[in-house]
Amino acid sequence: MRFEDLLRPTPKGLYCPPGDFYIDPVRPVERALVTHGHADHARPGHAHVMATRETLDIMGIRYGEGFAGATQEAGYGEVIDINGVTVSWHPAGHVLGAAQIAVEKDGTRIVASGDYKRRRDPTCAAFEPVKCDVFITEATFGLPVFRHPDDREEIGKLLKSVAQFPASAHLVGAYALGKAQRVIALLREAGYGETIYIHGAMQKLCDYYVSRGVELGPLAPATIEKQAKDQFAGAIVIGPPSAFADRWARRFPDPISCFASGWMRVRQRTRQRGVELPLILSDHCDWDELTGTIREIGPQEVWVTHGREEALVRWCELNQIRAKPLNIVGYEDEAE
Amino acid sequence: MKSFADLLDRLVLTPSRNAKLKLLTDYLAVTPDPDRGYAIAAITRDLDILSVKPAMIRALVSERVDEVLFGYSYDFVGDLAETVSLIWPSPEAENPEADLRLSAIVETLQAASRSDGPKLVERWLDDLDSSGRYALLKLITGGMRIGVSSRLMKQALADYGAKDVTEIEELWHGLAPPYLPLFDWLDGKAEKPENLAAAPFRPVMLANPTDLEELARYDPADYLAEWKWDGIRVQVTAEKGVCRIYSRTGDDISGAFPDLLAAMEFDGAIDGELLVGHAEDGAIRAGTFSDLQQRLNRKTVPAKLQKQYPAILRAYDLLQDSGEDLRPLPFERRRERLERFVAALPSDRFDLSPLVPFEGWAEVAEKRNAPPDPVIEGLMLKRRDSAYVPGRPKGPWFKWKRDPRLVDAVLMYAQRGHGKRSSFYSDYTFGVWTGPADDAQLVPVGKAYFGFTDEELKQIDKFVRDNTIERFGPVRSVRAEPDHGLVLEVAFEGLNRSTRHKSGVAMRFPRISRLRWDKPPHEADRLETLEAMLE
Repeated sequence: MRFEDLLRPTPKGLYCPPGDFYIDPVRPVERALVTHGHADHARPGHAHVMATRETLDIMGIRYGEGFAGATQEAGYGEVIDINGVTVSWHPAGHVLGAAQIAVEKDGTRIVASGDYKRRRDPTCAAFEPVKCDVFITEATFGLPVFRHPDDREEIGKLLKSVAQFPASAHLVGAYALGKAQRVIALLREAGYGETIYIHGAMQKLCDYYVSRGVELGPLAPATIEKQAKDQFAGAIVIGPPSAFADRWARRFPDPISCFASGWMRVRQRTRQRGVELPLILSDHCDWDELTGTIREIGPQEVWVTHGREEALVRWCELNQIRAKPLNIVGYEDEAE
Repeated sequence: MKSFADLLDRLVLTPSRNAKLKLLTDYLAVTPDPDRGYAIAAITRDLDILSVKPAMIRALVSERVDEVLFGYSYDFVGDLAETVSLIWPSPEAENPEADLRLSAIVETLQAASRSDGPKLVERWLDDLDSSGRYALLKLITGGMRIGVSSRLMKQALADYGAKDVTEIEELWHGLAPPYLPLFDWLDGKAEKPENLAAAPFRPVMLANPTDLEELARYDPADYLAEWKWDGIRVQVTAEKGVCRIYSRTGDDISGAFPDLLAAMEFDGAIDGELLVGHAEDGAIRAGTFSDLQQRLNRKTVPAKLQKQYPAILRAYDLLQDSGEDLRPLPFERRRERLERFVAALPSDRFDLSPLVPFEGWAEVAEKRNAPPDPVIEGLMLKRRDSAYVPGRPKGPWFKWKRDPRLVDAVLMYAQRGHGKRSSFYSDYTFGVWTGPADDAQLVPVGKAYFGFTDEELKQIDKFVRDNTIERFGPVRSVRAEPDHGLVLEVAFEGLNRSTRHKSGVAMRFPRISRLRWDKPPHEADRLETLEAMLE
């Protein structure tokens, strides 16, 4: 079987002709398999959605209960037959509930990894490498300049600044699903026990993480009592990145703007956003992890999707691995 | 090196002056000698070390990284030092515990020869982490620009040791990196070091701004008045054949004014205003500030510029005369000495700032607004009995600037601020009308980001958000039509011709003085009004 006969890019997303389903389709389809809950991968309006329990719940929180005609839960390690195609689900280490989907027929196996990362994350299950013929990888940080530092070091920078500037509120921009909870969990691991204030847009997702057993410690809404601006002096406040450029941010005393993102590796990006304290924390692989994963899995062919496809394809060429860019439209850069 | 690299990363992104001072003093408190001294010198760019060319670094990286991958990366990052610092492949046997010290790097570079450069840099790139590599590359390519002036650094040193900044300024030119005697004194481990250098800087005496209401509390008979010139305040010192020109914060700016330096054939220290100007009928005619700007911020000064815009000194005060320190004397006595002293100097380079006779404060108020020369920006009032003391004591000296020029302009663009103001549109570009009356267009004439109250800032911010036409990143263009828009009364100190601006004029020190919600935009000023104010 030619690989493209099992899975191929189409304008609606990755399509499996024998199984008649799509993976992370960007437009409404009859049957969708969804890797994780980020809005560019999990869209509403499909007739039938198969995903992990957590991803289905997250879609329900974001879009309301009627986000799909019908849903079907798939657990990690579960093997499901769809029209004669075998589909199995494996942790991707990206956010809570994120899965890689392995698609197999007649001895050919393709793994669509969705978004993934390799380093430890206290808020979700760790990535599991799956042997395959074709590995479909993201390339969000697919340039050799992206090498994420140790998480603990980044959280240490934040805590040092909180100690240095006790009269300021530290406003941490973080994507509402995954990154925000990870920043909180990492702060707790570093021994930070104070109440962390969160933007209203994060409340439901944080509650959901807690209900799934992720410890986040004391959280409170970042709403302000009249004339009590000082209550946020010395506090850490977490909100979506866009909120800090908005009037919402004015309630905080002497704010120091921080941003938790892999893009913070590049100083020019940091300056453009007016970020004073960059925290290089990403839910995607860095360059070394991308190339290390390809080596570890050892597929016959690598398909590279959203991100810097050309650099990763070049690396594969230099290492005698067949590779091609997939050019699927509709996926976004991380939290920009 | 790690703490130095972290400090640089924080400083460059921190807009607030107080926060910068805090970062610097915290660094000084935890960093051992001699690293902290070298760090200071690196930031103020006072380190004399082996430098390397970007091409050498490019060559090093091309031995380690695929050209194509480097090209993609450089395109994305946009800065060579940063790209190399991020992409440099660390050797497998990495030992992150071995912290290479800044002092080790600096001292090795001070002793190194040019041919050692590549080998040293390559080894260090292997040993450092990415922010360390970035700091190293900025250090050796001379690209250390991080928004910390030597003035701010002196303030940080003063804060760290709980001293007055003028004491640091006074010592500065007798010191060299890594400033060990200075730190011993700041740490209370030794006496204040003595400045043994010839022609040292003497901390400058500054004046407080004033007004008629305040002056009414003083007796006019106790004061002398003189013009305040619109140049740069300097101290010119010549002792034992050593000549120096200092800025008022003690930076040595001699290199930019070799022509004045060559004319300093005296033994003493004069406080005065540096201007450009030509001798005319036995007197010097001073050029405007924009003429002077031709001479500022230059490393080398072409002969043609020296001829076209010769640097001159207009003297205010005499601090030292041969071996005698005049600073304890009353101003009136120093003034007599100054007059005699300047009379002996070449008259095409040195002259006196004349005293301005007056009867009472009302006359002072009048004269400051009608100066006889366009290069005057106001009046200075000095107590006859005032000793020359460092800093800005209240009472002995006052400055009273002429009223600012005003223009009514229309808000055209607004840009989001930084730090505290990052949620506000707080930087404003404004314009005035030009072209035929029935089809007038706005042309931008300046940009201002202060002068308004917090309440007014909120009002302008709301106007900007409610009247946005287009967005370009952090900038919004707002409605600015003859009958709809916001008129800003802008105050400024002077106006220069400018080829950089479309309008042909550039304002000095513009700020928002009032919001004219009452005024329709078509009543704002025209470009011709500004052109008539050109000096």
